[in-house]
Amino acid sequence: MTLKTEPFVLNIGPAHPSTHGVCRLKARLDGEVITDLECVFGYLHRGIEKLAEERTYTGIIPLTDRLDYLAAMSNNLAYCLSVEKLAGITVPERAHYLRVIMAELQRIASHLIAVGAFLNDCGAFMTPILYMLREREKILDLFEMASGQRLTYNYMRIGGVSQDVPEEFLPALTKFVDEMPAHIDEYDRLLAENEILLARAKGVGILPAELAVNISAGGPVLRASGVRWDIRKADPYTIYDRFQFDIPTGTVGDCYDRYRVRVLEMRQSIRILKQALEQIPAGPSRSAVPQLVRPPAGEAYARIEAPKGELGFYLVSDTSIAPYRCHIRAPSLINLTALRDMIVGWKIADAIIIFGSIDICMGEVDR
Amino acid sequence: MTQTLSGKDIAAKLETQFPGSILESSEAGILVNSQTLVKLAAYLKTASGFELDYLNYVTAVDYYDYFELVYLFTSLKHNHSLVVKTRCYGRENLTVPSLVSLYRGADYQEREINDLLGIKFEGHPNLRPIFLWEGFEGHPLRKDFLA
Repeated sequence: MTLKTEPFVLNIGPAHPSTHGVCRLKARLDGEVITDLECVFGYLHRGIEKLAEERTYTGIIPLTDRLDYLAAMSNNLAYCLSVEKLAGITVPERAHYLRVIMAELQRIASHLIAVGAFLNDCGAFMTPILYMLREREKILDLFEMASGQRLTYNYMRIGGVSQDVPEEFLPALTKFVDEMPAHIDEYDRLLAENEILLARAKGVGILPAELAVNISAGGPVLRASGVRWDIRKADPYTIYDRFQFDIPTGTVGDCYDRYRVRVLEMRQSIRILKQALEQIPAGPSRSAVPQLVRPPAGEAYARIEAPKGELGFYLVSDTSIAPYRCHIRAPSLINLTALRDMIVGWKIADAIIIFGSIDICMGEVDR
Repeated sequence: MTQTLSGKDIAAKLETQFPGSILESSEAGILVNSQTLVKLAAYLKTASGFELDYLNYVTAVDYYDYFELVYLFTSLKHNHSLVVKTRCYGRENLTVPSLVSLYRGADYQEREINDLLGIKFEGHPNLRPIFLWEGFEGHPLRKDFLA
């Protein structure tokens, strides 16, 4: 006897712990196997690109905090670099170092959340993420010292940073940099060879290198597929050409590789931070830039290697005090392009970890 | 450093192969006829010496008289990039050919442009609204949309 079965459509989200924000996944199921998938966005669309057209160049910086709110420093940096390129503004040496320090701390903080939340999705509920939140807390303390904020920092300015770091910042950073490698060793002891993680993540949700390039994937998602492409090396911005570091890559592009690349990148960020601490000069932290910046007519695109991939701002100026157009190249949105290819054929439980392994932030997807 | 390919050099190299398709060229990039965009992109994607296999972003700007689409292509192999622009004139029934068949990375970005600026992409497999709800009137990123 054959049973006739109807395809079943399952809505995951928009408000679901595993969707990491308000994203809706419409999955068509055959039994427990996903046969088709569609992402539905827009639940957090605030129109930041439109809002930017009505604000001064400096007034946009707080808006960028609210894109990928787990990496606000990176957003600040990408935006300020873009305005500086458009207006031809130079940045003092010390500000360059402070920016790199903040960006690398932010990368570690973002990857800690990515790895912790990924393990949550794998079923290691709440235990690993608490280890990672413990270290992230120390980074947030450092950010609070510098900017007074713990999530939306609004720290960088066109031409530098809003203020120099207080006296106690660099000693506290040195302490963090000395302690952090031992914590990463601890994660490795707990997780790298963990049988549950291997069973859940190895060989699951493979993104082949060719497809990763074709969908314009960026960051750890691209590198986990074996493509050695990091904008810090390929197109160095600020002063990244002064630091020694490696680009970790994966081999097959499965969920485990994406997890592994993030852990290895944290170690490289520590290396960069150590060098920055040795080299940081004294001096001004901000160049004299008027409150109302009026860049000459033209356009500029500046990009950085944000924790989630290539983050860039395309700005068009008509010489007024607000940009004529401000387009944000959001890595979270573009990295999701191949989600359907990665998920179809896997079970619902696998879909959750494949989605988690991409590491998105809906604030940046919807903008 | 990613080398920015000079639009002038590219125009000189491609003029014989794609006559009339490059309308303007400068050091910053090239402006092409939208009808030949896909053919040109397909060539630049695979031709040796170019191999622009990575589409960094695609976006559009409203200049009232016309909409300008901006594409940034990069070659991961040669570490060089090229800005390609194309224009569509008018305010209604705007269409540009879609690049999804060549670069799937354009998928969500073209949907976003269609949603927020009202430009249709011919050949896009699924051009439904991406951020706004179905039935939303107007295109918020247009300059004549008052927020």
